[in-house]
Amino acid sequence: MSQRQITFEILRYDPETESEPRFQAYCVPCEEEWVVLDALNYIKDNLDGTLSYRWSCHMAVCGSCGMMINGEPMLSCKAFVRDFPNGGSIRVEPLTHFPIERDLVVVMDDFMDKLQAVKPYVIPKKKRTVEDGTYKQTPKQLHQYQQYSMCINCMLCYAACPQYALAPDFIGPAALALTHRYNLDSRDHGRPQRQEVVAAHEGVWECSFVGACSEVCPKDVDPAGAIQQMKIASTVDWYLEHLMPWRRK
Amino acid sequence: MSRNPYVREVPRTTWYMRNRRYIRYMLREVTCVFIGLYAASLTVGLVRLAQGPGEWAVYVNGISSPSGLLFSLLALGFACYHSISWFNVTPKAMRIPRGDDFVPGPAIISAHYIIWGVVSLVFLLMMGVL
Amino acid sequence: MAKSNKPIVWGLFAAGGTVAAFVIPVMILITGFLLPLGLFGSGEASYERMSEIVGNPLVKIVLFGIIVLALWHAAHRLRITAHDFGIRNDALVARGVYGFAALFSLIALMALLSI
Repeated sequence: MSQRQITFEILRYDPETESEPRFQAYCVPCEEEWVVLDALNYIKDNLDGTLSYRWSCHMAVCGSCGMMINGEPMLSCKAFVRDFPNGGSIRVEPLTHFPIERDLVVVMDDFMDKLQAVKPYVIPKKKRTVEDGTYKQTPKQLHQYQQYSMCINCMLCYAACPQYALAPDFIGPAALALTHRYNLDSRDHGRPQRQEVVAAHEGVWECSFVGACSEVCPKDVDPAGAIQQMKIASTVDWYLEHLMPWRRK
Repeated sequence: MSRNPYVREVPRTTWYMRNRRYIRYMLREVTCVFIGLYAASLTVGLVRLAQGPGEWAVYVNGISSPSGLLFSLLALGFACYHSISWFNVTPKAMRIPRGDDFVPGPAIISAHYIIWGVVSLVFLLMMGVL
Repeated sequence: MAKSNKPIVWGLFAAGGTVAAFVIPVMILITGFLLPLGLFGSGEASYERMSEIVGNPLVKIVLFGIIVLALWHAAHRLRITAHDFGIRNDALVARGVYGFAALFSLIALMALLSI
């Protein structure tokens, strides 16, 4: 097994003693098959126990370890060190567009609020009892929303979205993709409720289809596509409501 | 432990310089300047055509001048970039059901390019060029 | 949160973007290059030729549709782009760009009606 020395420049910030972040360099002997998260764990275990970062599953499922790696939002558990230019250092920063809590840990409150605002759960037409039995869904009905259900809430798309940075009220890619996911679910009847958020200015209309969210998504969710589809649906709604007022409920 | 989150400001007027992806996006957005200017110049052409042969000749001289041709060249470049960037993202906005699944993206994109070619041919045929 | 009225302008933007993508390049080729090159005859001849083509009522309607949609597409995208460049007076920008589109749409209509 071949080892190589890689310098990691890591953005550090201690909210108790520092007024702004600074880069700190660590030289790490990396194994061929290591990902950036392995290097961070090596630093934490052997070089500097004060380094703070979030991680859990180490296999791109939990969505905790999103970071800026050489300026690109990535899951550090999916970023293999061998894929970075040989001899160069690797720069690791907390996800952009979020406040830094400490070191590589960001404040997620804003994202959590937005996620709740879109009611990302099945809202049935009427409550089902156990006696009613299970929901049945055909493969076709499943395919309608399956892609958008792969989201792991890693927030890479928010770090990639310039409109979220410029207009922090924007509901943002992941929350809107999940809105679409539930709207498309045959068991769900919550679309009218979610439209209150989706059709607002802070909803889909803050998006200018940069497409960066879909490019960085580690699960191929394609939030940009979901948002454009909801723009079209919201536009159809608007014309139906205004040109055919008798259809208004 | 006291909290004191650090907010990194995003530069309001130069944010798109941070990333190649953003530069590509801005390039796509500024295509609208050329599409708008071309539509306006075409309108001027129609006004000149309505005014008579003399005025029409002035318009044709204008667009035949080096600066007129330079504008047309730039406008053609940006208009093609608009077309390509528009067609390439069409599968995201439109999902066409087929069986239990959807028509694959590349098929939708190809269909747009084919229609683009056919429409262009029809325009040239109508103008008697081909 | 109140529902946005963006759909009015966005609908035109999306329709205009699609139409523009299909027809604007070939139209620039025709009016920006083939016309100056004299493919439709020079001077008097190209006037006769163009008047004849544009004189067709169907061509007038199609041409008007293309111009209006292309103008509104460009206007709306420019409004968003102004925001992207850091110009925050959206109300003023919107009035400016949509006003420009409306003015030229009107001019195009008048010109087409008098050809």
